[in-house]
Amino acid sequence: MGDYKKASNKAIGRENFGIYFTGGALLLILLVVCYVMVIVLVNGLGVFWQKPLVEWHLKGGETLLGYENQRDVNSAGQDIVQIKIANRDIVGSDYKWIKLANVLTQNLPENALLVERYEYGDFFGYLGNSKIDSKNKLAELKDKITQLDSKSERLTNLTDEINKLDLKVFNNNNLIKSLTYEGAENASPELTLLRNENETLIGLIGNIAQKKNKILALNSQLNITLKLANGKDFILPIEKILHFNFPNQMGLVDKVGDYLRKLWRLLSEEPREANTEGGIFPAIFGTIIMVFLMSILSFPLGVITAIYLQEYAKRGWLLSVVRISVNNLAGVPSIVYGIFGLGFFIYGIGGFIDQTFFSEFLPTPTFGTGGILWASLTLGLLTAPVVIVSTEEALATIPQGVRESSLALGATKFQTVLKVVLPLASPGMLTGFILAMARAAGEVAPLMITGVVKLAPSLPIDGEFPFIHLNRKFMHLGFHIFDVGFQSPNVEASRAMVYMTTLLLLFIVILMVSIAIYIRSRMIEKYSTSSI
Amino acid sequence: MAPVQTTNKTSIIKITDLDFFYGDTQALFKINLTIAKNRITSFIGPSGCGKSTLLRCMNRMYDVIRNTKASGSILFDNNNILQTSTDVTGLRRRIGMVFQKSNPFAKTIYENVVYGLRIAGENKKSVLDQAVEESLKGTSLFDEVKDRLNESALGLSGGQMQRLCIARAIAIKPDVILMDEPCSALDPKSTAKVEELMLNLKKDYSIVIVTHNMQQSSRISEYTAFFLEGRLMEKDTTQKIFTNPSKKETEDYITGKFG
Ligand SMILES: Nc1ncnc2c1ncn2[C@@H]1O[C@H](COP(=O)(O)OP(=O)(O)OP(=O)(O)O)[C@@H](O)[C@H]1O
Ligand SMILES: [Mg+2]
Repeated sequence: MGDYKKASNKAIGRENFGIYFTGGALLLILLVVCYVMVIVLVNGLGVFWQKPLVEWHLKGGETLLGYENQRDVNSAGQDIVQIKIANRDIVGSDYKWIKLANVLTQNLPENALLVERYEYGDFFGYLGNSKIDSKNKLAELKDKITQLDSKSERLTNLTDEINKLDLKVFNNNNLIKSLTYEGAENASPELTLLRNENETLIGLIGNIAQKKNKILALNSQLNITLKLANGKDFILPIEKILHFNFPNQMGLVDKVGDYLRKLWRLLSEEPREANTEGGIFPAIFGTIIMVFLMSILSFPLGVITAIYLQEYAKRGWLLSVVRISVNNLAGVPSIVYGIFGLGFFIYGIGGFIDQTFFSEFLPTPTFGTGGILWASLTLGLLTAPVVIVSTEEALATIPQGVRESSLALGATKFQTVLKVVLPLASPGMLTGFILAMARAAGEVAPLMITGVVKLAPSLPIDGEFPFIHLNRKFMHLGFHIFDVGFQSPNVEASRAMVYMTTLLLLFIVILMVSIAIYIRSRMIEKYSTSSI
Repeated sequence: MAPVQTTNKTSIIKITDLDFFYGDTQALFKINLTIAKNRITSFIGPSGCGKSTLLRCMNRMYDVIRNTKASGSILFDNNNILQTSTDVTGLRRRIGMVFQKSNPFAKTIYENVVYGLRIAGENKKSVLDQAVEESLKGTSLFDEVKDRLNESALGLSGGQMQRLCIARAIAIKPDVILMDEPCSALDPKSTAKVEELMLNLKKDYSIVIVTHNMQQSSRISEYTAFFLEGRLMEKDTTQKIFTNPSKKETEDYITGKFG
């Protein structure tokens, strides 16, 4: 009895060790994932929450306006604070480290002003010195902004007019060319008429352009004098103002509104100032379009290959070799695929297309250079093994009896695969699609040599004929993180953008995967209620 | 039902000198057997004696397995179906098969039943509707599932699934139905239903059933064939086999002395 008990205690001990060991490993991984998620969430989501602007009075009479960004301890063991003081164009940097011991007092000035600008990041300061002064200044500011707005409207109208006239001139020129080509005399009345018309038109265009320039010159003179924290004046051109507010007067509702406004701007606008400001819409768009194009190539290719391997190929050493190779392909470093894409798609196929169809543009390449199509195709090849392997596994789990039932009803093998086997295998296949999409969305290295750029002048899909421009270069969230976070001259200022971009990339991946998982669970519900 | 030309009026399939090989191993030896028309013939014998193999020969299902070879002849409709020139899909439409494990497709009940028709190119709704009703009634499944024809077939019970598989097989109106242990996974009640069903089907179809259940064989079949180690030992009317078998092995097997 005693022996029995001892043995069982030992067994329980071993059992417990097993549980702790495996559970511990799981816990470790979960902790790391949570840590990453929390860091990204806290930093990313906090970026747009407007902090109050604090006045820091320092020893020696210096006054700073801004908010605390982070704390640290310097080499001498003193506490130091990094303050965001903005005004990059005046001070040279958005941030300033000060010793905590040097801070005499802090207060929240009610009239602290924050201006988001088209250039040089934010401006922190005041409208005027006194209350009345500030009130007048606010009226002046608003008035000038309205002035500018009405003028901008006029400007766009003028630009439209110029474009219209330009088009007329262009058409006339074409007409002249074709008439000359057809053999019209140089001095023929028709040609003279056209030439005269063009001259008048060009004159008109010149007049309008002058008007435009005048307005532009006036606009750039339109400015307002603001106050800095150190009491000095600062002249801000009105046309540089993107948005302004008074952070210390904002209530909770204002702050939420402000947050949403900034978030929307991030999602919908194009980047400014070397990608450190503005939005990341082109990168979001590029990422989604690329994953979509990748799927169009990778899914059918992978599924068809898997069907051949699993259903048709003769079993034997050759098949085994092919299987092992496909499995290994899934592990080839992505940069190798990138190089292959560059050599095969861009120089090979792209070069060939250019020579055959776009030779009039050479040596400027049309398809013989990186573009979203080539990048997507490269990623399609990269993810195809994932799709192949998972589809094969899914097909292998379908019982032979189901296939035989179909064959016994007079179906051909192809009909059987198409109508019976694939529907049953679809949940498993979707798992492969999910993995492939997640991998493609996060992959950066191969894109860098097949068509991603830090700033694309236009989107791969837009309103310009033929609407889908697969030869265009594109932006991508993953590359954006790399570029803004590590290649930017102003790393501190772009940190917020990096966190936000990371969060968005994670969000897009999670969203796509969730949709796929949802579809899969619906399919599993539909297809595998049970069978005896 | 289309009139069937057969080798003679009472038999529908005639097997002569059939040898069958899985790779190098021979599974059937010189089988000579006729299957009676509009009758139920049962195959009995110990496990591994080649019953399923013979069944698979009759609709060329062995094609699915690699490295198989059959020689001799199986005459159906005056053609030797073992010839490579045989239109296999057409043959399987006329000689249907029901398996031991029911294998409904991941489709609705309706689509399961009309699968064979759709495969054959029949897409007219009225024809399909009628086929569904007829075959489900024929398998007495209609009343049980008529309100859920558009639900997944995978939600049916085991017995219902097996009857659905039979309905699926008769929807294309074959001449012969081969059944490989159709009741081995069913409870007694479902088994009784399937047996009743077979007796009904006999009017229009010739049925071959493989079974390990002696009572079942004696209850439903007119003819019984006993196999042993790849050889046909004895074939006769069921009554004769069960009351007065001419071979000792048959008697031993039936009385449970071996197998
Ligand atoms: N796919 C196969 N490959 C190789 N040998 C096979 C294969 N299927 C069956 N055999 C062999 O052929 C012989 C006959 O098998 P078969 O399945 O016809 O027996 P059975 O009478 O149906 O048995 P059971 O009553 O257990 O179903 C057995 O020896 C079996 O091992
Ligand atoms: Mg068997």
